Amino acid sequence: MKLLLAALAMTTALTLPGSAMARPVTLTATLSNYGGDGAYLALYVTDPQGEYAGTLWIAGGKSKYYEHLSGWYRASGGNRAEIDGITGASVGAGRTLEISLDLADVLFDAGYTLHVDAAVEDMRDSPNEVAVPLTSAGAQTPVRGRRYVSTVTYSF
Amino acid sequence: MIRVVHRWPGLLAALLLLVLSLSGAALSLFPAAEQLSVPQAEAGLSVARLTERVLAVHSQVEQIRRAPSGKITAYWFENGVPEAAVINSVTGQGVASADPNTVERWLTSLHRSLFLGDGGRMATAAGAAAMLILSLSGAMLVARRAGGWRRWFAPIRGPFAGRLHVEIARVAVAGFLLSSATALWMTASTFDLLPDAAASSIARIETSGRTGMTAAEMDLLKRTPVAELRSLTFPDPTDAMDVFTIKTDRGVGYLDQGTGALLAWSNPTGWQRISETVYMLHTGQGAAILGLLLGMMALGVPAMAATGCILWLAGQRGRPRICGNAAAGRADTILLIGSEGGSTWGFAATLHTALTAAGQAVHVAPMSSFDPARYRHARRILILAATYGDGDAPATARGFLDRLKTLPPAPVVPMAVLGFGDRSFPAYCAFAEAVARAAEARGWSMLVPYDTVDRQSPQDFARWGQRLGEATDIELELVHQPALPAARPLTLVSRREYGAEVQAPTAILRFALPKVSLWQWLADRGFGRFSAGDLLGVLPEGSSAARFYSLASGRRDGFVEIVVKKHPSGLCSGQLFNLKPGETVCAFIRLNPGFHAGRSRTPLILIGAGTGIGPLAGFVRANAQHRPVHLFFGMRHPARDFLYEEELTGWHREGRLRQLVTAFSRGRMPRYVQHALREEAAQIVALVRGGARVMVCGGRGMAAGVSSALAEILTPAGLTPALLKAEGRYVEDVY
Repeated sequence: MKLLLAALAMTTALTLPGSAMARPVTLTATLSNYGGDGAYLALYVTDPQGEYAGTLWIAGGKSKYYEHLSGWYRASGGNRAEIDGITGASVGAGRTLEISLDLADVLFDAGYTLHVDAAVEDMRDSPNEVAVPLTSAGAQTPVRGRRYVSTVTYSF
Repeated sequence: MIRVVHRWPGLLAALLLLVLSLSGAALSLFPAAEQLSVPQAEAGLSVARLTERVLAVHSQVEQIRRAPSGKITAYWFENGVPEAAVINSVTGQGVASADPNTVERWLTSLHRSLFLGDGGRMATAAGAAAMLILSLSGAMLVARRAGGWRRWFAPIRGPFAGRLHVEIARVAVAGFLLSSATALWMTASTFDLLPDAAASSIARIETSGRTGMTAAEMDLLKRTPVAELRSLTFPDPTDAMDVFTIKTDRGVGYLDQGTGALLAWSNPTGWQRISETVYMLHTGQGAAILGLLLGMMALGVPAMAATGCILWLAGQRGRPRICGNAAAGRADTILLIGSEGGSTWGFAATLHTALTAAGQAVHVAPMSSFDPARYRHARRILILAATYGDGDAPATARGFLDRLKTLPPAPVVPMAVLGFGDRSFPAYCAFAEAVARAAEARGWSMLVPYDTVDRQSPQDFARWGQRLGEATDIELELVHQPALPAARPLTLVSRREYGAEVQAPTAILRFALPKVSLWQWLADRGFGRFSAGDLLGVLPEGSSAARFYSLASGRRDGFVEIVVKKHPSGLCSGQLFNLKPGETVCAFIRLNPGFHAGRSRTPLILIGAGTGIGPLAGFVRANAQHRPVHLFFGMRHPARDFLYEEELTGWHREGRLRQLVTAFSRGRMPRYVQHALREEAAQIVALVRGGARVMVCGGRGMAAGVSSALAEILTPAGLTPALLKAEGRYVEDVY
């Protein structure tokens, strides 16, 4: 319960649209040709202690399948209210997801980690496809995923 | 109305349903194949034991899943890379790839969304909805046609395309209903329209904070058999807050990774259980046999679509146009039509034209639009009504009787009712008769007495027209040629003559089979498919009115054969009788499905006299499966008009004919076929009790004599010809 409350408190702090304390960030996730249907993706952030900090994006429209994004689901408790307005369509094999956000400056170079969970129908769930520390230096550097995600890049 | 509801979604959805049914039928094979090929776990194997075996091979297992087929799949990490395989439950070793079959995935995608995402899902859902509407409306049509739900499997008559349409539907409609209803449920579930989301209590649990217990030691896992398992998800060993998640047929539980204690358990909700059952019923996953059955029924859809389109096209061609139809409020003659197949409209058009030519303003409309309040200038109401099935209202007369009965009594204009039907059916003109009786009961006066037209007889129609003309003082001559199928020249191949010495010159005429077009073959038109008992319409030179002869052969015999008796002044029989081999006559086929022998194995009692032997001989000739056939044949003299004598002897030897009883009306001991029946009374009763079907062909007088003889014979056994008629076990072809 404590975890859930903390998550809710943090959410509002992650993205600060138009604020001087935030910077526009583009997140790009390119999927590999894994030979399956469209993938559901969860992009979320954990704090330096590994605690869930908040969700940036959910790709995939049908909430009944969100439990398969198991890392995110477990961390966030699958709270639907929290992801209102930050969901989009699932991403097909070989396709690219690109989202732009105003991310709070405090998230960078402070030990926060960006996670990507992936799930594909009838194939194994892949929590923590990607786990990459958010640093200024790491921007523009593609990070390889484990199974469904070919690369993830964040850039300012 | 039901017909309209059935027709339009059917035509629009035919293509979509073809794709859905074929892909569905193909998909139904996969669960069965999986069930057969998957190594099954030994009985009583616990989840704990299975986990131990898997862990021995893959130490970093993250999840173990069991499909309803018994297929066990494990997911693990190896050097940081997620891996998965189908597992042998005895060794824990991977035996096959866990990735879904690409063909199955492609078919699934096609089947549920046509590769078009959510838009495609909605399109296929619309297809399922169309299927549901078609199944329900179709089932109502079948029940209506058969004469009630309890007669669902009663034999049906009609052209081949229509019969096939109904025959398939009667069996497959259950599958169509189940598949389409479950498809709609699954779509609703996918779009989150149903409250069937999994109940989860994971957010509420408090863990012990410890780690390190292996799954094999946990009580609940030891108690849970693999057969109940759906999935077991392992926790992150470095996160003490994380837990084991086990899903079984009975619910979802969370186990502490330090103590193995059950931290929380959720039972599935009622909605969730329904959705799971629906999923199983639709996909066959967990019910492979049912899945295969549904798949086979789905294969009926292409045939249903094809026969349905043929029926619609054939119906389109059947109805004539009415020119210069007067408005209901202005017309002095209101002409109401109750028609099923459309042939009655042809008579209506002729009547309309004749009355209009005589200076009348005529309004033609379907009976279902009956509304006397609108007929302000009407001086008479004429009703031409066919009958549907067992005495029901035909398609365009729905609700007519109800409306007639609720009208205020004492109408001022007179009415005339003419029924159209076929005497060989038990409920001959039953609907028209009911209309006439109901109208008289409500106080309508009859312009001319209720009358009928048998088998679209132009003569019957002209006679009625004459009476109508006399009653209304209108010069009325009704010359109606029912829109005849295109006649083809038939070439006489051989002729055999009988009976000239006993004043009954009779001939068996055999014609060569003409070629047929593909459309005729498909739509059952022309010489595409006919059998003994159908009618050959012959157009004699010098007349446009056809004469009908019962066919003594079917298409499979490879020739067209009829038996003709020469009438002293008969135009057609005279021409036929003078026909020499090599010469031709114009003719066409009219189906007469009420007088077919059918494919049943029950015994047949065939009764005929004179030329009536024709179709009966045809039935015997076609009896290759040696169904017990008993033929009662009346003639004048055994040496003079014993038609088919040689053939009958041969057929008896071959087993096509079980028994032949003859009666001769001339000679030392004259007797009729009725006498022969009475002599064999005991045997006839036994045969009829055993399910035998009686078929009578011959003159009207002979048929009446046979009917009363059979009534005498059967009454002591508690049976009557009327009872048998109602069951379709007593049919007549009389002339």
